[in-house]
Amino acid sequence: MTTLHNIHVPILVVLAGSAFLAMAVAGCAARSPVSSPTCSISAGKAPGADGFVRRWLILEPIRVNGQLTDSDVRAAVKKEYFPNQLTIIPHDGDKVTVGGTELTWHAVDTNDYNVNLYYFAYGLGKPTSNVLFWAVTIVNCPQKTPGVRLAIGSNAASVWWVNDQEVIGIYGDRQTVIDDGVSKRLTLEKGPNVVRCAIINGGGATDFCARFLDGEDRPLKGFTVSVDDAGR
Amino acid sequence: MNPIHPAESLLFVRLIMLLMGSVALWVSPVFALDGQVQIHDPSTIMQCNGKFYTYGTGGSSLVSDDGWTWHRGVTPARRGMAPDIIHLGDRYYLYVAANIGGQPRAAVNMISSKTLDPNSPDYKWEEGGIVASSNGVEFCNAIDPGLFLDPADGKLWLVYGSYFGYLRLVQLDPKTGKRVDPNDKPVDIAINCEASILIYRDGWYYLLATHGSCCRGADSGYNIRVGRARKVTGPFLDHTGLDMLLGGGKLFVGSGGRVIGPGHFGLLDLGDGVQKYSCHFEADLDRGGASVVDIRPLLWKDGWPVAGDNFKEGVYAVESVRTGTALELAVEGVPVGGRRSRGARGATPGGPGAGGSGRGMFGGQGGVIPPQDVAEVSKTWPAGNVGIRMSNYLCQAQQMWDVTPVANAGGYPGAPYFKIAIAGTDRTLAVGEDGELVAVPAFTGGHEQLWRLDQLADGTWRIMPKFAPTARESLTLSAVGSSFATLAKFDPASDKQRWLFKTP
Repeated sequence: MTTLHNIHVPILVVLAGSAFLAMAVAGCAARSPVSSPTCSISAGKAPGADGFVRRWLILEPIRVNGQLTDSDVRAAVKKEYFPNQLTIIPHDGDKVTVGGTELTWHAVDTNDYNVNLYYFAYGLGKPTSNVLFWAVTIVNCPQKTPGVRLAIGSNAASVWWVNDQEVIGIYGDRQTVIDDGVSKRLTLEKGPNVVRCAIINGGGATDFCARFLDGEDRPLKGFTVSVDDAGR
Repeated sequence: MNPIHPAESLLFVRLIMLLMGSVALWVSPVFALDGQVQIHDPSTIMQCNGKFYTYGTGGSSLVSDDGWTWHRGVTPARRGMAPDIIHLGDRYYLYVAANIGGQPRAAVNMISSKTLDPNSPDYKWEEGGIVASSNGVEFCNAIDPGLFLDPADGKLWLVYGSYFGYLRLVQLDPKTGKRVDPNDKPVDIAINCEASILIYRDGWYYLLATHGSCCRGADSGYNIRVGRARKVTGPFLDHTGLDMLLGGGKLFVGSGGRVIGPGHFGLLDLGDGVQKYSCHFEADLDRGGASVVDIRPLLWKDGWPVAGDNFKEGVYAVESVRTGTALELAVEGVPVGGRRSRGARGATPGGPGAGGSGRGMFGGQGGVIPPQDVAEVSKTWPAGNVGIRMSNYLCQAQQMWDVTPVANAGGYPGAPYFKIAIAGTDRTLAVGEDGELVAVPAFTGGHEQLWRLDQLADGTWRIMPKFAPTARESLTLSAVGSSFATLAKFDPASDKQRWLFKTP
């Protein structure tokens, strides 16, 4: 994949209300309400005290009908848009073709607990409504860690996988709430663990957040997040 | 004012009450204790080697394996009126009162044993002597003992008295159960009541005493009242500031429903902040008017104890205190009244732009929208096990839980185990083999499908399975996320395991 620490195309600092969100997106042109200085992306980013995963590879949005019922979302996620969409570990800058349109994977860092997909797409000049986003990241664990849970929030519906196993599905028109969808207990393997999600937005704002909880429902720490080859 | 009865008369009346109860046609009630529960003036309920015991007037006793189903126990070594019991060190101390001649000449005797289990080789009551008395002239009738071990300083106290004059307080030795100094002058702490006991919480001492008339079946005016003080010796004031020495007392619990005349409060502290209280009702109308023991939740509000109610069966939305979302079957919901798209804003009901219906975007569909037909909407639900999740309450069928007691499945102090199923179906909340929640397609009575419902001090509920396959400890329904519930160890300091049962 593209070496992340060589990327210096930062783009967004978004002011949404009084909330200040800073997000760096690799390799994309800026179309931001507010430009920002460089926020470099380096390998092996550890989660903060709150445990949120702040580094992702995100595919430019795919147009869908934006319906958010359980069955609509499941049908939208089940559809194959590009080869190996449920197993691929993309590189920054990789491209796929969906319905004749070429879409690019972007490595993204955020300083906030959440990843603002609206501004991600807006900054790329892409649609923000009636769209599906694919996102992937690699969680590197120093040891096998059983009994943890993936805990996510998303605007709007989303489906999540850990190491190719579906672990969460939340549906309907909803806002991002920390620890909204929580998986059953699962095991993170020693080394890389692939976390993948599909997020569908009907209209308006769209974002997501994700972290792991330990056996006592506290934020899991002690791991790093990468989106480069070392994470495979 | 209550008349003073000759001692024999009062004892006779209380014994008659017991006999009436024992021969009455017993109809199993749904929400009172199960089994043989007839007793008058029950002591504080005591746990010993996993069993629950209580002792009443006339040598009566009851024992239970689970606090729900009771049966007759063994008469202790000393009979009398209205005993109370406390566990100190390695012994159980039972205090039993008796009138000596005519009221108000009376005495409280103490006996003790290492165990309450008559089958144990350690079961042997030893006499401990008189710890309090009244001489028949003084303004006190030394019956109805109540024991209190002060958690603040470890001191042991005995409060006693019955209508004739004062309730009095004397200090006992927690190592022996006897008076610290028999010559100490008792402290007067209340007047014109009986069946009293002290409890402590957050720097306050609470005196719970019974007002009204006893022993008249369904015509008994018995009711439990409370005052509080910063010192164990009082003054105990009620919520209006009236001293219990002047007749004050905030109502804790009176007659209600089909049970008449509660008296003889006893604290049953189950740990983890779960408290219950025991009492007798002078007359249970569903048990032929017999006097029966009951166990109910003890709640707290604004620094005062509040009598909770045991769970009442019905159909409820089960809402997490932490998240405000409701427990539901993980199936695609159907909006009540049918699905509608989100139209453009601006039109008002019946206003401009209302369209052909005249109702507009916010005018609804007219008429009364009936409750969702679960038989209809469930046609698309998967067969077999279905996951459990939480969502915003939308009055939909997969959010309606029918909570019903299960007969002959045992229980816990105060209540039976419950089945929790989607109303109109047999899809039952259960613990799956992976230790997570699941709805099984049909109720089989398995322990993983039985639920314990304890009301907590703030009035919310703790929901626990009788059995979880993977658990080594008791687990509680826990809102780990806004949209997901699991089972986890109970944390009294957290809202995760506090639930509301709301009537849809």
